[in-house]
Formats: sequence, structure tokens, C-alpha cells
Amino acid sequence: MQQPGDRIFAASARGAGILILVVLAGVAAFLVIQAIPALVANPADLPGGKNIAVYVAPFVFGTVVSSAIALIIATPLAIAVALFITHYAPRRLAQGLGYLIDLLAAVPSIVFGLWGLAVLAPAMLGLSTWLNTYLGWIPLFAGPVSVTGRTMLVVGVTLAVMILPIITAVSREVFLQTPKLHEEAALALGATRWEMIRMSVLPFGRSGIISGAMLGLGRALGETMAVAIILSGSSIITFNLISSGNSSSIAANIALNFPDSTGVAVNTLIASGLVLFVITLLVNSLARYIINRRREFSGAN
Amino acid sequence: MGKAIDAKNLNIYYSSFLAVEGVNMTIRPKTVTALIGPSGCGKSTFLRSINRMHEVIPGARVEGRLELDGKDLYGPGVDPVGVRRQIGMVFQRPNPFPTMSIYDNVIAGQRLNNKKMKKDATDDLVEQSLRGANLWNEVKDRLDKPGSSMSGGQQQRLCIARAIAVQPDVLLMDEPCSALDPISTLAIEDLINELKMDYTIVIVTHNMQQAARVSDFTGFFNIEGTGKPGHLVEMDETKTIFSQPKEKATEDYVSGRFG
Ligand SMILES: Nc1ncnc2c1ncn2[C@@H]1O[C@H](COP(=O)(O)OP(=O)(O)OP(=O)(O)O)[C@@H](O)[C@H]1O
Ligand SMILES: [Mg+2]
Repeated sequence: MQQPGDRIFAASARGAGILILVVLAGVAAFLVIQAIPALVANPADLPGGKNIAVYVAPFVFGTVVSSAIALIIATPLAIAVALFITHYAPRRLAQGLGYLIDLLAAVPSIVFGLWGLAVLAPAMLGLSTWLNTYLGWIPLFAGPVSVTGRTMLVVGVTLAVMILPIITAVSREVFLQTPKLHEEAALALGATRWEMIRMSVLPFGRSGIISGAMLGLGRALGETMAVAIILSGSSIITFNLISSGNSSSIAANIALNFPDSTGVAVNTLIASGLVLFVITLLVNSLARYIINRRREFSGAN
Repeated sequence: MGKAIDAKNLNIYYSSFLAVEGVNMTIRPKTVTALIGPSGCGKSTFLRSINRMHEVIPGARVEGRLELDGKDLYGPGVDPVGVRRQIGMVFQRPNPFPTMSIYDNVIAGQRLNNKKMKKDATDDLVEQSLRGANLWNEVKDRLDKPGSSMSGGQQQRLCIARAIAVQPDVLLMDEPCSALDPISTLAIEDLINELKMDYTIVIVTHNMQQAARVSDFTGFFNIEGTGKPGHLVEMDETKTIFSQPKEKATEDYVSGRFG
């Protein structure tokens, strides 16, 4: 016999779960239905007059590359900052820093976009030139260096700054949750503070770090304004991160072209949105898979 | 292995709070010493000061001298990390690393000391340590399973195996059986009896019979009242403490009459 409270709670939890699924299914259905006209249309009628896959590919590429740069830069930095806050900084400083990071997470992306364009782009010209001069043999830095600084690299760094707070905040929370018991187990074995962190804090926080990175990645993948402001995207695919020819991202492309589109062009944009939706789902499933793979070692029992 | 410990006028603080006052105690090598006393009298605090785990807590510090075979553990230039490698510790609640396998748990300390060890040397160390902790036969077929997949008693013996794998001089145990059933408790007590061949052991316990069963010497800590510092009332051979202690307070405590 269940208590009424238990029943009410179980019912509302189940209701909330179902609601989420229904909303998700609704979004997916909308995207698919609206995308179909573009998928079956004559390629000549589509924007650019080419096959839909050819149309979407550069934007997929731009989305993935800019997000990947952001994640590669932001994750290690976020872990380092979170560790500093939780295990190295004096209490006062740690509190202030934590507060600052939370504040940064609330800054609207348009502000980051403007900052990226006005401050970061000129500031990174020197770095881009340096990369081109000394590492130019790597295709990523082949050049020629863009004089405006509106490059994929700048977008990636801007996105990195943008997702840094969320990854840091999540990592900090999980690092704080490390059981004292396990930290002391490491210290009592004669671990230095860094060894203790490697033995107990990082393994314990692993799934939290991945979750935080995925939240950040989600934000980077869907980021519209910052990318739209900084890049003057064109329909090309290039690994060259520091020159002025760049592919834009899916979200930025939709935002820029949606107002002027009619008919099947709208369907084409929605089809690209569907692709973004699928990418996000894939990324999240991959993260789940990584977290679950070593579940019995997770320390969550 | 198996060194002597000497505490001389040891005062132990949490920030400005004096938790334990004026402890003078000599612990002989390769003996088992039990620390008993009412809750809050500072047994854990004293025990944790021996391997300098005390100072992990912000603001915690000690005054006085604490020697390991005559060497001051709190002397200038002594690294607490080095002290902890010589003086192992087993905690009240079993705490194997949940993210490591049984095998990796045992050699966790060894990995810190010297990174490079041959595979068969490590295998030997794991077997020897697990045998030393009377755990080998139970886990030899599942060394790659997580340490948290075992019973509480097995986890505690795994923690003992982990502690002895680095061949410390001293083994500190803070109520190692309080979370365990009577059978697991007996297994650990038997183990303590074997371990004292090689190690100096200091064990905190609330269980008088356990103190009487496993220890050669017993120290009784007491506290006058809340907010007052705990202190060592007397220390003697275990059978003396339990049959004819010098102090009235000790007699009251071991006979179950709290004063
Ligand atoms: N982290 C801490 N910060 C401040 N005071 C502490 C801390 N840990 C313990 N104390 C205080 O130090 C005194 C001794 O505590 P301790 O834990 O050493 O007692 P104990 O004899 O081990 O008790 P028990 O038998 O309950 O484990 C107590 O007054 C306690 O409140
Ligand atoms: Mg205690």
C-alpha cells in the first residue's frame, strides 16, 4: 500500500518525463514534416541551385569545426579553473571566483559576439600571423591570414570563452562533491595534493566533467549570434582556420537567411535545422555511452 | 619495519580550540596499542596527528614533539607526504577507491612511490599484500572488479592490504571494525594479531572486549567536560588497565561506570 504522497510524487514525476518526451517528439515531427518539401524538391529550385546535401554540408562542417575548437580549448581550461577554485584557492578568493564564473555564464551571447568581433578579432591577428609563419605547413594554419580577423579560429575562441563558465560551474560542483573519505584515503597513502586530485577527485568527477562539456558543446553547436556577427560565411569547406574564406554554422545561416526566404527555401533552412538536431542528439548519446561504459567504476554506489 | 612512537607534551589544536592537551606516550615497536575513551575525548584527533593527517583540516596544528624512532615528525623540513608514506592509516568507514579495480587499489600507494615497476613484481606485491590481509582467496579471481563491489568487511581488508602494500613502519586504525558485522570483525582482529609481527599498530576502539583481545597496551583518554581538552589519563599493559588500573576514572570507564 503506497502513501498518497508517494503516489502523487510518482505520478507527477512520470508526467514530467512524458511531457519532455512529447515536446521532443513534437519538435522532431515539426522539423521532419517541414523539411520534406526541400528533400523532394528539384535541386534547381533550392537556394544555390544544388543538391540539398551539398547545400547543408558546409554549414554542418562550420558548426562542427567551430564547436570542436571551442570544446578543445574550453574543457581543459574549465577543469583547471574548477580545480583551482575547489582545491587550491583560499576560501575567500574561491568564493569570489565562483561567483564571477556564475555571472559570466549569464552574459548574453550577443555580447560575446560583439566582444569577439571588436576585441578578439584584432587581438588575435598577431597570433594568426605567428601560427601561419611557423606552423603554416599544417593545413589548419595555411593562410593567407585574414586581415579583418573574422576567422574560424576567432569564432572558436569566442565560443570557448562563452562555454567556459558552464563547464567550469558543473565541474566545480562535482569536484566539491568528492567524498572526504576518498580524498583522505589518497592523502593517507602519501599522495601530494595533485596526486590526490588525480586519484580521487578527477575519476570521481569524470561523468560530471563530461556532462558539463556536453552542456557547453550544446551551447556552442546551437550558437547563432556570435557566429553570425563574426563570420562572413560562404559555402565552402576548408580546414584553413585563419583565412577569410569560411563556412558559417547551421544556426547562423538560418538566422541570417530566414527573414528573406520564401517557399522551398524556408523548407531548406528547416532541413538544415533538422540536421543540427540530429547532430546534437548524436553527441549526447555518445556522451551517455562514454559515461555508462565504466559505470560500475563510477563511484556512484 | 615496526618503529617506536614517542609523543612528548603534545597539544593538538583545531584553530584556536585545544582538542587534546599534554599527551606523553611511548608506543613500542611491533606492539598493538589500543586507545579507548568516551566520545569526543580526542582519540581520533591524536591518532591523526601521528601521520600528520590532522593538518589536512584548515587551521589544524600541533605543539610539542612527536617522534618516530627518535626522529621528530614535525621537525622543520619534514614533508607530511613522506610521513604518511611511512605511517599507514585505516579509516572507520572502508574507503577503497571506487574508480579503481581491486588490483589497482592495492598498488595505489606503490604507484605513488615509484612509477615504474615490472608487471610480475606488481603481481607479486598484490598477491602478497592481499594474502597479508587474509583476502587473497576471496578475490583472486576478480582482481579487475571495482573495489566497491565487495562486502564491507572485505572492503576494510582491502584497505588494510592497500596500507601494508607500501610496507609502512606503523599502521594506524581508527575504529576499523565499527561498521562491520561480528564475523568480519573477528577476521580483522585475527589479522591485527598477525600484522604485529611486522608492524607497530595503534588502534582506536569503542569496544572494550576488542581492546582486551587484540592489544598489548592500552591508553585511556578522558575529557573533563564539553569544551575542555581531552587528555591521556593513563597508559599501561592491557591486562593491567582492565584488572587493576591506577586511576579511578579508568576503572569506572572499563567497568562500564561512566563518571
Ligand atoms: N574538524 C574538526 N574541526 C573542529 N573541531 C573538531 C574537528 N574534529 C573534531 N573536533 C573536536 O575535537 C574534539 C575531539 O574529537 P575526536 O574526533 O578526536 O574525538 P574521538 O575521541 O575520536 O571521538 P569518537 O569516539 O566519537 O570518534 C571534539 O571536541 C571534536 O568536537
Ligand atoms: Mg573518533
